[in-house]
Amino acid sequence: MAMSNVGRPTQPGAATSEGHASLTGGRGLLQDEPLIFELGGWDKTGVDIDAPEHDASDLGGLVRAGPIGLPGLSEPETMRHYVRLSQKNHAIDLAIYPLGSCTMKHNPRLNEKMARLAGFADLHPLQPVSTTQGALELIDRLAHWLKTLTAMPAVAMTPKAGANGELCGLLCIRAAHEAAGQGHRRTVLVPTSAHGTNPATAAFVGYSVTEIAQTADGRVDLVDLAAKLGPDVAAIMVTNPNTCGLFERDIIEIARLTHEAGAYFYCDGANFNAIVGRVRPGDLGVDAMHINLHKTFSTPHGGGGPGAGPVVLSKALAPFAPAPWFVHGADGLELVEEAIGEAAQAFGRMCAFHGQMGMYVRAYAYMRSHGADGLRQVAEDAVLNANYIKARLGGVMTPAFPDGPCMHEALFDDAWLEGTGVTTLDFAKAMIDEGFHPMTMYFPLVVHGAMLIEPTETESKRELDRFCDALLALAQAAKAGDVERFTGAPYLAPLRRLDETQAARKPKLAWRPEPATPLAAE
Amino acid sequence: MRYLPLTPDDRAQMLGTIGAADVEALFADVPAAARKAALFDLPNHAGELEVERELSGLAARNRPAGAGPFFCGAGAYRHHVPASVDHIIQRSEFLTSYTPYQPEIAQGTLQVLFEFQTQVAALTGLEVANASMYDGSTACAEAVMMAQRVTRREKAILSGGLHPHYAAVTQTIAHAEGMEILRQKAAIDAEAAVIDAIDSTVACVVVQTPNVFGVVTDVTKIAEAAHAAGALLIVVTTEAVSFGLLKSPGEMGADIAVAEGQSIGNALNFGGPYVGLFACREKLVRQMPGRLCGETLDAEGRRGYVLTLSTREQHIRREKATSNICTNSGLCALAFTIHLSLLGETGLRQLAALNHSRARELAGALNGVAEVLTPRVFNEIAVRMPNAAKVVEDLLAEGIVAGVPYSRLDPHAGMDDVLLLAATETTTTEDIAALSAALKGRIG
Amino acid sequence: MRFTKDHEWVEVDSNGIATVGVTAYAAEQLGDVVFVETPAVGKAVKAGDGFAVVESVKAASDVYAPISGEVVEANAALGDAPETVNAAPEAAGWFAKVKLANPAEVDALMDRHAYEQYLQTL
Repeated sequence: MAMSNVGRPTQPGAATSEGHASLTGGRGLLQDEPLIFELGGWDKTGVDIDAPEHDASDLGGLVRAGPIGLPGLSEPETMRHYVRLSQKNHAIDLAIYPLGSCTMKHNPRLNEKMARLAGFADLHPLQPVSTTQGALELIDRLAHWLKTLTAMPAVAMTPKAGANGELCGLLCIRAAHEAAGQGHRRTVLVPTSAHGTNPATAAFVGYSVTEIAQTADGRVDLVDLAAKLGPDVAAIMVTNPNTCGLFERDIIEIARLTHEAGAYFYCDGANFNAIVGRVRPGDLGVDAMHINLHKTFSTPHGGGGPGAGPVVLSKALAPFAPAPWFVHGADGLELVEEAIGEAAQAFGRMCAFHGQMGMYVRAYAYMRSHGADGLRQVAEDAVLNANYIKARLGGVMTPAFPDGPCMHEALFDDAWLEGTGVTTLDFAKAMIDEGFHPMTMYFPLVVHGAMLIEPTETESKRELDRFCDALLALAQAAKAGDVERFTGAPYLAPLRRLDETQAARKPKLAWRPEPATPLAAE
Repeated sequence: MRYLPLTPDDRAQMLGTIGAADVEALFADVPAAARKAALFDLPNHAGELEVERELSGLAARNRPAGAGPFFCGAGAYRHHVPASVDHIIQRSEFLTSYTPYQPEIAQGTLQVLFEFQTQVAALTGLEVANASMYDGSTACAEAVMMAQRVTRREKAILSGGLHPHYAAVTQTIAHAEGMEILRQKAAIDAEAAVIDAIDSTVACVVVQTPNVFGVVTDVTKIAEAAHAAGALLIVVTTEAVSFGLLKSPGEMGADIAVAEGQSIGNALNFGGPYVGLFACREKLVRQMPGRLCGETLDAEGRRGYVLTLSTREQHIRREKATSNICTNSGLCALAFTIHLSLLGETGLRQLAALNHSRARELAGALNGVAEVLTPRVFNEIAVRMPNAAKVVEDLLAEGIVAGVPYSRLDPHAGMDDVLLLAATETTTTEDIAALSAALKGRIG
Repeated sequence: MRFTKDHEWVEVDSNGIATVGVTAYAAEQLGDVVFVETPAVGKAVKAGDGFAVVESVKAASDVYAPISGEVVEANAALGDAPETVNAAPEAAGWFAKVKLANPAEVDALMDRHAYEQYLQTL
């Protein structure tokens, strides 16, 4: 025979990975990665730029003299640096991202492609309006969808995110009250379960905040509401479905009481995903509601933005909407940049230019893809998925509101962890080791040790089962006294738990060069 | 439907597990009157091809900036963004992640934010920067409100060279919080006029350099006057590339610097999303709005990053927060940081120098065609051009977008004869020649 | 040393100067203190008004003035070492010294025994 024994060995060694550490601190594909300030050359660049023909001698002393302090990297180094960093992030594309109230759904890539068309991405906000008719038409179509889905007559498109939308809505309300001689109304009622942006926004507008109590079944306490709705109240801010994941059953009565007291009803639309295509806020008596395009309408969260927060408005508030807006004129769509004449009631301007066009394109592509039928299915599947999680976990973990269905998110408290030595935080950190992102924790504040799970409609049953199986296994471990699995978690993430106390006591908010090491005294 | 993984079988099984007869039962809490059985009056679902066809059709009805000679600036600038930037920001781990509230599995985003904050601090010449605001205009309004918290005074003076949209946003938002906002009359080269309005009741003065007319100003004297009265100086910059050539706000005595970061890493996008830069002196950090990323150690002593000083923010401080901002411009900040890492000090200086050179070339070419009003130029000039809006419309016929008539930003300033033109590295000598020839043609 | 239901303590010296801080119980409940905002010297405070803020990583709490008077000194050492509030809340971790406007207000506060009884009820 012509025997060949070349080639690689095919039998691995028998040693286990227990206690194995690499020599460099690297862990397989996971690389430690310094800051660009420790990597880059001060004279290196990853771009090739033409030499200027004219110098800056005309600017004399206005020119920056000293170094700026910016390192540069070549293109291959840049790719490596940021790709290595990316691998330290959890993402929707890796696994379920069940953050309650955040609506982490799949981000369709068609949206990304459309937003990058030169006809949208390479448009200047101030180029002649006649050269941007397609862009204005897209915004107009998106506005039509938003108005139709909410049964509201008007929409202010420009707010840049949810909190910015809240601000826009409250400024409309304030302007409406002032126009009606009701400027003395300076109080906003907010349920105790509200998202922090609600009271923060009210304070921003100079309103004082009064909390409304919650009933034992997690809804607005109508008796408390009625008692607090006085002549000083400008508005109520209610999230619906609320932050406990429950629909406010008395929503129509809440609106009626509010209007009877001369106040407006601001609805926080963060949870619109639960009812889109099925329930229209306009039918519930809402006067203003922001819509987070980065939640319900799938524009990516991007590690913390950008978002977009258009605000739909009732007939009473519509005249006060901020500039700019569009009107259909003889030569197509016209842009109204300033409130003059009949429109002089507009309260002002929320941002430079016309809002988040890049987000509008993505959201519109998403809406068109789903259509009226698909969006209805979105709400149904989002609610079905959340109730499925509640049903599967409810026997072991304790639902905060066990009676009746939840909407798009399932809320648990920490009663079931009592006596285990494991906290909500520990439990969440142990989920990281199992490959899942934790749920929203300790929010809403009204539920002890809250765990708020929002799966969204884009999770398959298989992924939901994988998730529920993992949580049930963890719950069993917690109850069996395997405490270290939790209190030390995560063990398998790129980093272990971080010292947030030290970070806050001695804030280090920017990289600084190491001071030159003094020569050893010896 | 392609974005929905559940099959009819899955749904039936899941309803069984839940113990619900049908999905309608899950909506039982919704008042019957508000439960809509019928579909809304909107089209039904559409395939990728169909959606792409509709959106491409809309896009085709616009004239992209890159389609020919193009001179619009005034707060948004057309720059070349390296291909690698857009590639990286579309990585799933950056694109489809949330605000980094779980630092153990968000070190990618957090380290980027730390790099971003350090870059912004370096550019502005200040000690600390936050993790971004929505855009330059809202950053400006937030800076004014921060000055109110720091000084406990209620009045702000805005210069006549501040971008009119920035002034309007500040007027709207800071006024809502109870501040008195005094905007000086629009003036080409009068940032220093704010000095005369400073007194002991003023919380801050807001000046812009380069200002909306393109004028570069040394604001050192303004800083001295503000500080002497116990007021803060806020310096606004709408063209971030200018930091590569000009003295930084910090060097000139600014207490807070805000800027629009769009020019670095981000497309024009018809006005958004953009990225607001916000930096200040370290001693003011606890009054700063927005998220901050800080360095710390993990349980095994390894360096890592977390969101910190969160007690300033709405989710903890609620009605006592420094701002209501939550979602910011994370992905645009990432694009900014990647582009600036590619540029580095060397590239940014070259880019800024090239922009400046192109603007000088533009100003030279217009000499004799229109009076150049901007005395000290970075990459943008104002010229006198009777009925500027009409000129811009007329030149469209020749395929040229000649710039932004100032009257579009500020119709009541009595400056219908002022045209704002920007030149960047994307502007070619041929573009400038075409513009100059077209304008000469009108005169001749 | 006297105590309030909001977990502040007061100790008055022979010159009528009251030292004010938060109790050991409060320091324990707050967790790791990361920042203390002390009142400005010269500020007039009224009993029951917020006059300082103490921050942990996840919460910010207002500290109410237990007594009325004028702030004559703030504990500058807390600026660099907020952890002193955890280490020695009823000693080196004091917040401010206040010149008493109305010494009778002190008598109305709980003594240590009463405060400890009160803690039992929480």
